[in-house]
Amino acid sequence: MSEVKKIATRESYGNALAELGAQHDNVVVLDADLAGATKTSVFKKAFPERHIDCGIAEGNMMGVAAGLATTGKVPFASTFAMFASGRAFEQIRNSIGYPHLNVKIGATHAGISVGEDGATHQCNEDIALMRTIPGMTIINPSDDVEAKAAVKAAYEIDGPVYLRFGRLAVPVINTDPDYKFEVGKGVTLRDGSDLTIIATGLCVNSALEAAEMLAKDGVSAKVINIHTIKPLDEELVVEAAKATGKVVTVEEHSVIGGLGGAVCETLSAKAPTPVLRIGVQDTFGESGPAAALLTKYKLDGAGVYEQIKAWL
Amino acid sequence: MTILELQKIANEVRKSIVTAVYSAKSGHPGGSLSAADLFTYLYFEEMNIDPKNPADPDRDRFVLSKGHTAPGYYSVMAHRGYFPVADMVTLRHVGSHLQGHPCMQHLPGVDMSSGSLGQGISAAVGMAVAGKLDGKSYHVYTLLGDGETQEGQVWEAAMLAGHRKLDNLTVIVDNNGLQIDGRVADVCSPYPIDKKFEAFNFHVINVADGNDMEQLAAAFAEAKTVKGQPVAIIMKTVKGKGVSFMEDQASWHGSAPNDEQYAIAMADLEKVGEALCQK
Repeated sequence: MSEVKKIATRESYGNALAELGAQHDNVVVLDADLAGATKTSVFKKAFPERHIDCGIAEGNMMGVAAGLATTGKVPFASTFAMFASGRAFEQIRNSIGYPHLNVKIGATHAGISVGEDGATHQCNEDIALMRTIPGMTIINPSDDVEAKAAVKAAYEIDGPVYLRFGRLAVPVINTDPDYKFEVGKGVTLRDGSDLTIIATGLCVNSALEAAEMLAKDGVSAKVINIHTIKPLDEELVVEAAKATGKVVTVEEHSVIGGLGGAVCETLSAKAPTPVLRIGVQDTFGESGPAAALLTKYKLDGAGVYEQIKAWL
Repeated sequence: MTILELQKIANEVRKSIVTAVYSAKSGHPGGSLSAADLFTYLYFEEMNIDPKNPADPDRDRFVLSKGHTAPGYYSVMAHRGYFPVADMVTLRHVGSHLQGHPCMQHLPGVDMSSGSLGQGISAAVGMAVAGKLDGKSYHVYTLLGDGETQEGQVWEAAMLAGHRKLDNLTVIVDNNGLQIDGRVADVCSPYPIDKKFEAFNFHVINVADGNDMEQLAAAFAEAKTVKGQPVAIIMKTVKGKGVSFMEDQASWHGSAPNDEQYAIAMADLEKVGEALCQK
């Protein structure tokens, strides 16, 4: 078997923006001194006049993006997930969410896979924060293919979108030539009957690996990729829960308020089902190589497998 | 429009402010009244706008960064013809398009929702950046409170505006000297505000009396001559201007008059109106 191609979804973001920029004059990209890291430098190189570096001032950047959106521009405001959803939460809430302005937030470096920079830069709370804003669409792509498709889909949405990307190079898993990205539609990647693993972002790959290990133990796991956390594909989630009777959620995010929270909120109302929430367990991250951290926090394939086995 | 005509309109704008806040039994009359002359000058003299075509892509823009003075903003919009003046009594009522703070989703003509201090100026900067990108000739105006300049975001926005030489942006600061907790100078002084804008590469115009229509006219005339940098107009005003018992009182930042106070306020403004008619 040939080596699996790996690419960080932040790279996909930058590349997709450059393509979008070539297609649409109204695409503008904003940064807060992190164009090199958010990979929007690709866009900046191609369209320097449409790249606005706001300096290290994320709150202002979100407001400037809002103002641009009122004139018909489609701004992509880019920074690390921590500073987008955390520092600039209220600007996103009041200047973008409340007026439902057409601003796309490109949040890179989400989760503990930021690695060595440590807890201050590892945002495990962004999905929870963004979910509470009415009208916000939240997309957390699992690989390069999905990330690029998500950026283009976000452009087509009339309203605010939070796009979550990672720093770490991750395997390209959506290799099916018929792959089609649809906002708000989950993707069943593997059928199973004993439980359903619902995963998002880089944890989709971990879920697939865990399902493979479970299969060797005679446990049949269905795997669903939820790239759009809001609006959640409730129909798919409920159907899977009813069919398999057990649900596991896996995300590189706090187990509070993220994918696990969203799934539990839906199931408690529509199909009460036992749920195991795998993610960052109400703790801060720490410094270390990304792969080592994913292992320590049991978010790699083996860690997910181990937690599911202990729960079953 | 003559100065006298503008003064008469400003007085009518003040009456509607007081009536709206009285009807709502809450709201922010003090800063609405201090800026009433400025609102009037902008909407009746300065800005290129058409109430019948509030979404015109070439229109001038206004962002009320000090969003709590929505009664003043709504009042001038109503008198300018964006909606019936009679609607002013629905301010802050359930189902009204006149929300406590301006909402562009509720009221056509509002160029940006605002209310959380420090945020409006950023949106105004974004609009000015867009104007430059598109080579459009529209101008963007934004009004801040003096207390509002305590918000760090104001200076983030000023830094970007100065850096990008946005000469299609005019920032106005309503320096009425009061905020909720007392005198701005006592609470946490942001002064000198003019020097701070200068430091961020703004052309600064100080207006000694921002409740004097002639001084406002002179300031905006000077602003028009400025090229290559944004303009900040720092205008000294009186909070609660025009209503005797509200003038220069921090307590009237965010409270509504009772029946008796409402009668006095309207009588005060009637007197001003009569004096203007004698001119």
